[in-house]
Amino acid sequence: MNHPLVEGFFRMDKFPHIWCPGCGHGIIMASIARAIEKIGLDKDKVCIVSGIGCSSRAPGYMDFNTLHTTHGRALAFATGVKLANPELEVIVIAGDGDLSAIGGNHLIHAARRNIGITTICFNNNIYGMTGGQYSPTTPTKEKGTTAPYGNIDKPFDITQLAIGAGATYAAKTTAYHVPQMDKLIETAIRHKGFSMVEAISICPTYYGRKNKKGSVVDMMTFLKDSFIDVKVAEKLPPEKKEGKFLMGEFINKAEPEYTEQYDQIIASQKK
Amino acid sequence: MADSKDNLTIHINESWCKGCGICIAFCPKKVLGFNENGKVTMLDRENCIKCGMCQMRCPDFAIFLGGKE
Repeated sequence: MNHPLVEGFFRMDKFPHIWCPGCGHGIIMASIARAIEKIGLDKDKVCIVSGIGCSSRAPGYMDFNTLHTTHGRALAFATGVKLANPELEVIVIAGDGDLSAIGGNHLIHAARRNIGITTICFNNNIYGMTGGQYSPTTPTKEKGTTAPYGNIDKPFDITQLAIGAGATYAAKTTAYHVPQMDKLIETAIRHKGFSMVEAISICPTYYGRKNKKGSVVDMMTFLKDSFIDVKVAEKLPPEKKEGKFLMGEFINKAEPEYTEQYDQIIASQKK
Repeated sequence: MADSKDNLTIHINESWCKGCGICIAFCPKKVLGFNENGKVTMLDRENCIKCGMCQMRCPDFAIFLGGKE
């Protein structure tokens, strides 16, 4: 017997996948497939686009229309796909470096335009595929192969960056909080306009080892203990929020979607 | 879930398991463990409540709830 999700939504011949033992990416990839299954989307009407990086291997495993593009440019390719075929459900899978460094410009402009693309950021706080260089989300003082004495940069909060750029849906979750992740990804896919879910992953091989974060289970336990839902946090006294990170839905609002407005312009000139 | 849990059981695909231990550590009933190959194995099927958390958190699609064979 095979895993029910794998049989329906994945390319069986590509398994087992090559992500490291304990890498959180497989958990997030499964969550995306479950959300698509729950919504009941036609597989041929889904297009999954990625750039380069560990996370960007996901479309190779997923059995939909898939596009593996150049580093950081997943959102640029996805914008083209969505404009050409607005009826497609376009989902971008991008790592933290891919999305916020190399592709930072594409992120802010896709968010600003409110184009109907769902972006799932697999944030493992490091460039895993190329050997553990620090990324824009590596916390200050943490180490990478390019920051052997500690990173002096301030990290990006990708969710807040997307909100600042105009995203109409933005949420954050972790590889530990899977039932919440399923719900947020489902809501993001159903959302009209640009939606982003930042899923905090774990990289035991590079980030974990470089920063002495312990075992895979230790890293998952850290996610479990360090994140609190933004709605719960509102009711907590300040001392209980100290050192914690917020997750959950940060913004969910309705604004005109880009391809619809684009079609209206075309229609208005066809008199 | 539409299926009655009585008809479900935990299946393990050992060749896909990388032995990360996530399912074992976060199983609410602690019914899973490592086998001699360092892969996950069911130690106590009687006490498994079939909650499916192992399936949800397995990064490798190696453990899942499925029909009894």
